[in-house]
Amino acid sequence: MSDNDFRLKGSVVTTVVLEVKTSNLDQIIKGLKDKIAQVPQFFDQAPLIIDISQIASSVTLDFFTALVDSCRGQGLAVIGWRTSQEAIPTWRLDYDLPMLPNANSRQINIKSEPTAPAQDPQVVVKTVIEEREVSQPTKVITKPVRSGQQIYASGDLVVLSQVSAGAEVLAEGNIHIYGALRGRALAGVKGDSSARIFCKNMEAELVAIAGNFMLSDALQKIIWKDAAQVLLVEDTLEIASL
Amino acid sequence: MAKIIVVTSGKGGVGKTTSSAAIGTGLALKGHKTVIIDFDVGLRNLDLIMGCERRVVYDFVNVINKEATLTQALIKDKRTKDLFILPASQTRDKDALTAEGVEAVLEELSKEFDYIVCDSPAGIEKGAQMALYFADVAIVTTNPEVSSVRDSDRILGILQSKSRRAEQGLPPIEEHLLLTRYNPERVSEGEMLSVEDVEEILAIPLLGVIPESDAVLKASNQGTPVILDDQAEAGQAYSDAVDRLLGEQRPLRFTDVQKKGFFKRLLGG
Repeated sequence: MSDNDFRLKGSVVTTVVLEVKTSNLDQIIKGLKDKIAQVPQFFDQAPLIIDISQIASSVTLDFFTALVDSCRGQGLAVIGWRTSQEAIPTWRLDYDLPMLPNANSRQINIKSEPTAPAQDPQVVVKTVIEEREVSQPTKVITKPVRSGQQIYASGDLVVLSQVSAGAEVLAEGNIHIYGALRGRALAGVKGDSSARIFCKNMEAELVAIAGNFMLSDALQKIIWKDAAQVLLVEDTLEIASL
Repeated sequence: MAKIIVVTSGKGGVGKTTSSAAIGTGLALKGHKTVIIDFDVGLRNLDLIMGCERRVVYDFVNVINKEATLTQALIKDKRTKDLFILPASQTRDKDALTAEGVEAVLEELSKEFDYIVCDSPAGIEKGAQMALYFADVAIVTTNPEVSSVRDSDRILGILQSKSRRAEQGLPPIEEHLLLTRYNPERVSEGEMLSVEDVEEILAIPLLGVIPESDAVLKASNQGTPVILDDQAEAGQAYSDAVDRLLGEQRPLRFTDVQKKGFFKRLLGG
């Protein structure tokens, strides 16, 4: 199924609410007829909600069915009904017109009767799938990363020495270099734009975070031969001193 | 067991063979039985620097291929006691060097010698890799200029990853920096990298600084290792380097600009 087939979205429609104050059906119908006669175009097929909250305790299914039929007979389109939270009639489920929540609440709280467990409570079969983010271990390099060498870390990368010119260090997470960075450093290579590069001495050929890179020419104008961090701010690389 | 020393650099023309000859001779002068092996198969040079080119009958490849014994191929140096040379083949190429063959030769030499100095060819291909694979100690020969330093850095990476010690998880190869063709005047004028610059980039201990000197060229052309020229600064600097290699402390010499006196200028010293 493609996303283009349909779209679900919320919408607000202006409707007419018929607040019922009496259980005298004939009186209601008569009054309603008079109202409709004044502006017939307005009421023709107008969506209507019947509110019985004021007389809820005395409303029977028969009365309600007759009321809805009468309203339809007047050319109104009854789309639902509602009542007060405290007086939900027992016949609610026997009637197929939707019961709508009151104006200020978004849901109807219905006390459900406890249902008997269908299965033997002694036998409980549970499949529990826990999903959690597993952080990749940090890779620590203690020796200089020499020209021509390439180091890849699936998590964070810590280099306790220097990264020589012509060497390349890559990490899916952050890169920390406790020495001079003269080669290339690429952090967040799988797209993590929150990854950063930290180094004690910035002399890099190239730095990159999540594919956004900067070359040494540009770096020299910002911070050079000094402690620096590289981070991504709104798709732009920023070089900040440490 | 002999200590296997590789003299390597990555870049060509920086003074590997000159340094191999000088350091090998220096070790022998100190009374250690030493052999220098030329790994530059196809571009044989060590025999020229050592002045024994007319005495080459069998070579390293002949020994590997068991066409000659080690005793037949080893050339005893005429000037220095306890010094031998194993020349390379000029007619073959680097593919003639097999890991098993080289290992067998080194093992046999180990029984008899204290030091085995391997003169590596330039580059990072098979010849250079064979020369460094079995090493215990590496002398990384570097000129004070950026391309040489970059190549030395590359070789240091290979020493750490593609040597026998690295592959078998043994203690790593002992690394030493030998800075050659150093000219203090050009350094002070900013035309050359300084000792400090190179040390900072390569981050390995300094074994010695050999000043740029006419004596080196002269010694090469005469087929005499420059270390035997105790009047030359380069010869003295190599002696210091050999002492440091053997664990002695020696102050660094010939790295500062010397003010030339009147007579020195007059005599062109």
